[in-house]
Amino acid sequence: MKNYCTLLLFLGISNLMLSQIKKDSIDARKVPSVQLKDINGKTHNTASLGFTGPVVISFWATWCAPCKKELMAIHDVYETWQEETGVTVVAVSIDDEKTKRDVITYANGKAWDYLVLLDPNSDFKRNMGVNNVPHTFLLDKEGNIVYTHNNYVPGDEEKLFEEIKKLSNK
Amino acid sequence: MYLEMKKNYSKKLKSYPINRKPFWAILFLCFTSFPFLGQGNFTGNIESTFQYLNSDSVINAVQPASKGLMNSFMNVFYTNKGFKAGMRMESYLPRIQGYPNRFDGTGLGMRYVGYGNDFVEVTLGNCYEQFGSGLALRFYEDRALGYDNTLDGLRIVIKPRKGVQFKAVYGSQRLTFVSGSVVRGQGLVRGLDGEVHLNECFYKLNEFPLDITLGGSFVSKYQADDDDQLILPENVGLYGGRMKLQYKNVRLEGEYVQKEQDPSLDNGMIFNYGHAAVVNFGYSKKGIGFSFSAKSVDNMSFRSDRNKDLQDVFINYLPSLNKTHTYNLVATLYPYATQPLGEVAYQADFLYTFKKGSSLGGKYGTTLGLNASTTHRPIANGSNFNPLDSTGVTYVCKPFDKSDSLYWRDINVNVTKRVNKKLLLIFSYFNININNDVAKVSNDAIGIISSHIGVVEGSYKINAKHNIRAEFQGMFVRKVNGQINDKGNWATLLLEYTISPSYFISFINQYNYGNPDPLKKVHYPNITCGYIHESTRIMLSYGRQRAGLFCVGGVCRFVPANNGLSVSFTQSF
Repeated sequence: MKNYCTLLLFLGISNLMLSQIKKDSIDARKVPSVQLKDINGKTHNTASLGFTGPVVISFWATWCAPCKKELMAIHDVYETWQEETGVTVVAVSIDDEKTKRDVITYANGKAWDYLVLLDPNSDFKRNMGVNNVPHTFLLDKEGNIVYTHNNYVPGDEEKLFEEIKKLSNK
Repeated sequence: MYLEMKKNYSKKLKSYPINRKPFWAILFLCFTSFPFLGQGNFTGNIESTFQYLNSDSVINAVQPASKGLMNSFMNVFYTNKGFKAGMRMESYLPRIQGYPNRFDGTGLGMRYVGYGNDFVEVTLGNCYEQFGSGLALRFYEDRALGYDNTLDGLRIVIKPRKGVQFKAVYGSQRLTFVSGSVVRGQGLVRGLDGEVHLNECFYKLNEFPLDITLGGSFVSKYQADDDDQLILPENVGLYGGRMKLQYKNVRLEGEYVQKEQDPSLDNGMIFNYGHAAVVNFGYSKKGIGFSFSAKSVDNMSFRSDRNKDLQDVFINYLPSLNKTHTYNLVATLYPYATQPLGEVAYQADFLYTFKKGSSLGGKYGTTLGLNASTTHRPIANGSNFNPLDSTGVTYVCKPFDKSDSLYWRDINVNVTKRVNKKLLLIFSYFNININNDVAKVSNDAIGIISSHIGVVEGSYKINAKHNIRAEFQGMFVRKVNGQINDKGNWATLLLEYTISPSYFISFINQYNYGNPDPLKKVHYPNITCGYIHESTRIMLSYGRQRAGLFCVGGVCRFVPANNGLSVSFTQSF
């Protein structure tokens, strides 16, 4: 029985690996559909956010210092980015009920122009395979994930902008 | 015939623990074959942490028998049109230091299948869910903390029309993970929740300036009466309502829930009703944010097993009303978590950004943050009750009726100032008071631990990719009757050098220079470096780690002091 199970598991794992090869060559990864509310109470479907240009999804939390630094760094250059590439930044807060009320205070207090979504029970975080924040995803016009980065250090926003420009030049 | 088959099947299930069942291997095989069947979408992640620990008599760190410790998990989620499925493998070989002590082995920790469209969404198997603000029900996981109270059963969401949503859940909760398989709690949990966003629901209200959302929850748990002395309620209900109003920049929201008689280990087997209430008022517009919150809790520990404690099988969530801090000394020495037996808490939060070009704003804008929170014991009036009478009711407690007994107070100020394109400075001050007799954070402290903490952080951008950052932190603990309280004063230095986008190295030293015991005036140096490539992250750290409380959100776990190497690997896909 044990050997039989091991064989099945082995087949399963090889299936996963093969599917990975297939995925890379044919279809790119899409954003799963989760219903989230923004800080104004409006509901959004993450699979169809309805933006025309490239979209940056940045997972953050009010208790995460590098996350806030990343969004502040982008905030400083956001206008230029938008003019040049038509990009939209969606800041997904994973703050749970303890700190959720601080999200709107913080986002508005910092004068952010992003779409700020609330993911208090980590449903979207889980479905996007996010281990820890900050974690940033770049989506092309068709909603395919073309670039991800799981960290923030000063200068990372430049690399992100290069990737966005690659998309808008296409 | 059918019945016979069913019998055999259930017998088979019983005879094999979850991780050895060929059934699961087949499921796994089917599951991994999906991409060959159609154009599905796979997402997931893996995280693995390995520790090699040394003995260190100075900080009382003991080397575990196996020397090495490892935690790993991997999630795989699949969606294809309306269909969805997911699973998580977990592995504790053995569990890392400070992780809850009932995790061991390798096996399946979560699995579900489901289907959804615009009208209905059904999940069978494990699910995570939250009703309203979580006071009534929250199934949540935090793998870093080892917290997971997922429901195993059925979850249905129905959206009959725009702006209206009903949810129902039915099942039992995850309790522990032993020998590679999940052990569920004894009790059964049933929940119903409805929410209406009036402005979306009614066409006429679409443009109405006042935005209104109403909701209500009902949760019931069942557990057989296992007590031979008392007649315990086997079914316990909890119900409540909530409301959210928003008018332009002003918002007001609140929730109130009541719990029926629920004698438990937590409340000392009393038959009182319990309540929890949260009110939150906020005003914010671009450049300014303000919020004020109030909370009242009495006898609200609600678990699907009345005999459990710590973080086991909680059905509801009672968030503490204070800011989650990030600086090392502030966050991990004296954190506060809600006292489910009762508390009255208030918090105010203010954030203002001085405009660019103004005298205080400078060229790049300056941000000022103020935050204050207090928590007190509620007044529980027991004068008219005989604790030994047959009702089991021992006191009366009115919502928001607070006493002078302080549990927690935190006043903090934060200024963020960008001096020029290269230099960013952040100044913070915290005054924290925590009642160690109630919210226990240390074995060495008496009464209220009062501390002042100052932090200066500077970040300097050397060029487009290279950056250096430093933090200087000092904690000053107030003496009690001339005696040093708890472990006395601390100082922390952190230096970090980063090369975007792939490398970082940081050094941290925490020094307990104020410890009353000269042998315990110890340095805790630690060096960490990491490599990041897109969504892959590899991190190595070596050094001493002091004992402390590791918290995420409102949930904390105690991590003992250790000394050694730690390697972690994370990957998303």
